[in-house]
Amino acid sequence: MLDLLVPGLMILIAVIGLAKKQDVYSALLEGGLEGLKLLLSIAPALVMLLSAVHMLRASGAIELLTRFLSPVCKFLGIPPETMPLVLLRPFSGSAALAVGADLMSTYGPDSLIGRTAAVMLGSTETTFYTISVYFGAAGIRKTRYAIPAALIADLSGFVMASLTARLFFTPP
Amino acid sequence: MVMGFVWTGMLVLSVIACLAKQDLGVLTPAALEGAASAVTLCLSLAGPLCLWSGLAKVMERAGLTEKLGQKMRPLFCRLFPQAGRDELALGYLTANVSANLLGLGNAATPMGIAAVKRMRQLSPGPEASDEMCRLIVMNTASIQLLPTTVAALRASLGAASPFDILPAVWVTSVVSVTAGLLAAALFGRVRRA
Repeated sequence: MLDLLVPGLMILIAVIGLAKKQDVYSALLEGGLEGLKLLLSIAPALVMLLSAVHMLRASGAIELLTRFLSPVCKFLGIPPETMPLVLLRPFSGSAALAVGADLMSTYGPDSLIGRTAAVMLGSTETTFYTISVYFGAAGIRKTRYAIPAALIADLSGFVMASLTARLFFTPP
Repeated sequence: MVMGFVWTGMLVLSVIACLAKQDLGVLTPAALEGAASAVTLCLSLAGPLCLWSGLAKVMERAGLTEKLGQKMRPLFCRLFPQAGRDELALGYLTANVSANLLGLGNAATPMGIAAVKRMRQLSPGPEASDEMCRLIVMNTASIQLLPTTVAALRASLGAASPFDILPAVWVTSVVSVTAGLLAAALFGRVRRA
């Protein structure tokens, strides 16, 4: 089933586009260029952050942090190794992407930790960035309970990501 | 601003940790290795991201966002009683959430901003309304049918089946959006009482 997902989706999108009398190919190229521009715009951030993350890892500081936080993680059911991702996710999308990529390549994309990191990245957002952009543009100064409610959603996302990664996949 | 402190903090922390274990030699190669690995990451992400962004543009042009938005109207009238009665606000809201669902982040943000602006016209004041908080939660909890960047990342790192995390992502998203909306409803009631 999953093997057909990507090719099927590609064909479906292209056929719908053609049926709507759209210039499908030039839209593909235009969108592709936008995607590459987006990647180029976050590339410097990825370089800076991955440098810092590798230094932290080499120094043993990440290990120290994970050991320090592991009682909290045990309580919440979150793998302690993913804590750097959990802590950075609400603040910076590119930092979370950098840390997530680092976790996936260190432990393997199909490991429990790699999968947990992937589910976390896929099901959460850069909360503080989103709030500041939306409310800033509309001139809302008092955010009331938007931040705590959004953080509760984030936290339940991290806990659920750890749970579903454990339940949906039997460890290799 | 914040990221400047975070970044500097990361460096200072790693130097302190190295000083503590008397092993400063590891930092320089680690910094350079990290920088190199970022470029490798970008190169391997470039292909999948380019492909998907192209397909996303076709979806946008074909009007899939609007179609999905039409289907979600009844649900939105319930979640946003005030904005749901306003044709313009409802349009922005459904466009924002359906763009998010389809993974069209670039298209979602302007629609979300337009929705908040319109909602502010409906209930003026510098304070966020209950409905605005609900919209924020729906956006920050990220409801996405196809987490394409993550799938591209997994593919580039050699995952056997990059999309096999989909069911886990869906369940997680639904639970976190529900938790956020429940929390918002609870906070809204407590503050009013």
